[in-house]
Amino acid sequence: MKIGVCIKRVPATDTRIKINDPSAGVDLSDVTWKVNPYDEFAIEQSLLFREGGVASDVVLLTVGGPEADAQIREGLARGKRGQDASKAVRLDDPSFSGSDALGVARILAAAVQKEGIGLVLTGKQAVDGDSAQVPAMLAEILGWPQVLEVEKLEVNGEIIRAWRPAGGGKREIVEVPMPAVISCDKALNKVRYPTLPGIMMAKKKPIEVLGAADLDISGAVGASGARVSESNWSLPPGRPVGRILEGDNPTVVKELVRLLREEAKVI
Amino acid sequence: MSSGILVICEHEGGAFKKTAAELLGKASELVDEIGGSVSAAVVGQVDTASLGAYGAQTIYVATGEGLDSGTTGARVSALQAVIAEADPAVVLGPVSAQTREAFPRLAARLDVGMITECTDLRAEGGAIVARRPMYAGKAFADARVSSSLGLITVRPNSFQPPAPGGDSARVQALAVSIEADDQVGRVVGTEAPRTNTVDLSEADRIVSGGRPTGSAERFDEVIRPLAAAFGATVGASRAAVDAGYASHSEQVGQTGKVVNPSLYVACAISGAIQHLAGMRTSRVIVAINKDPEAPIFQHATYGIVGDIFEICPLLQEEARAVLS
Repeated sequence: MKIGVCIKRVPATDTRIKINDPSAGVDLSDVTWKVNPYDEFAIEQSLLFREGGVASDVVLLTVGGPEADAQIREGLARGKRGQDASKAVRLDDPSFSGSDALGVARILAAAVQKEGIGLVLTGKQAVDGDSAQVPAMLAEILGWPQVLEVEKLEVNGEIIRAWRPAGGGKREIVEVPMPAVISCDKALNKVRYPTLPGIMMAKKKPIEVLGAADLDISGAVGASGARVSESNWSLPPGRPVGRILEGDNPTVVKELVRLLREEAKVI
Repeated sequence: MSSGILVICEHEGGAFKKTAAELLGKASELVDEIGGSVSAAVVGQVDTASLGAYGAQTIYVATGEGLDSGTTGARVSALQAVIAEADPAVVLGPVSAQTREAFPRLAARLDVGMITECTDLRAEGGAIVARRPMYAGKAFADARVSSSLGLITVRPNSFQPPAPGGDSARVQALAVSIEADDQVGRVVGTEAPRTNTVDLSEADRIVSGGRPTGSAERFDEVIRPLAAAFGATVGASRAAVDAGYASHSEQVGQTGKVVNPSLYVACAISGAIQHLAGMRTSRVIVAINKDPEAPIFQHATYGIVGDIFEICPLLQEEARAVLS
């Protein structure tokens, strides 16, 4: 069984966000790019399945231009020789640009079918747009079941057993048959970072580039097909200046509780 | 012609969640400008009498064999049937485990736009504009849907629930049959929460601890009882989680939970950009930190410069005395 891992390049989480033009979105000119942190858990899980004999092959998938190759190589550099991702597929076409989540899911779905993938692992969300829509949209387009934000995962033959948050601190244990889409959360595993031999090995691995003509995409993609548009970007509203409470410990503690009750009225 | 707003009203243990009133109240304001009426979608049997008071004119109650299974597919089938019946211009749902799984599938199935995790909604030119955070709250933008139907999820605590009015709603039962493709998979069990407090992302009060707590034992001694005294949910910084002092489900920040409480108490949390991203929309932020230069103080409503091991026990005692 072949696993497809969807990855995305995103600004590092410690990026200080700048907006120069409210209609143009975030200024990405001076940003350090990383593999989306949640995708790291998906990559790691694919390697664990490869090592455990669940998967025969792992392929990384991404939608984007050649600028994503550095992050793709970072993903390809993970794992032990012979139990690692064999290649990456980069989905790139002028007609893809400006896709919303549904467009991206349609492109990925076509690639998943072309590659003969039987299990898709993704991060629970990309930490740029934070929309967390693509995994379930991908599952719907493929007609597969999904389990999202998975914190624990077992495979028994063709059945996947996954633990997911169910609200109120509860966790649900869900079983779905493969093929399926699983989105991964932090608690799932502990990510191993690339080793030097891994980085050398990754340089030799193929990154195949597929365009619209290579894929059987159903439905609209790109800016013309996008159903959602964004505008009026801004930094978060500033917070009113607060105050430091002065005095000895018993005094400041009493004053704090009084302020929370009488001024802020939150307790 | 699609019109009006359909609000997904989630319930648990026989009662509607607070988000149902929050969203119905906001929807009632918005339909004055975008037209149509407010309806409510309820999946499964529950007493719906309270919903009309918050502005719902029609309550669609979807029931059917297999809907109690709790699977995503069953919920998608049910919501699809309600949307077909109500024919709204906008579906509003709370950010929740259920909508996270079901809404994107519905959007793909119906070929319509979806906007996730909004913190504000307004009407403009007869359509809804949703304000939403991105980059974990380090940036905000307006999002609009161009399809005839839009699916929008809204963070809990984004709107004040309205005072209940006197109106009663029409209840329409919908017998839903689950499509074959939606019957795949099953929920085989549920694990109870480790604590009996509210989930972080829904919590109205949060007390969080950072790495200087020093160990899981001291985190348990200092942070958890303080949270209990405030009736708050426990949170933690990434550093505290990575050190093993708290569980990942308790992590607040960019690779943990994004929270939106009325009160956030940060104990020995310096305020790394990734942590601030997860809690900066909190209404009131209290920072307790030894380092007067800690960045958290620039975001705090009230700050105490001091040692958490001295301050927190006193604060716990005072909170307990005042709140009990």
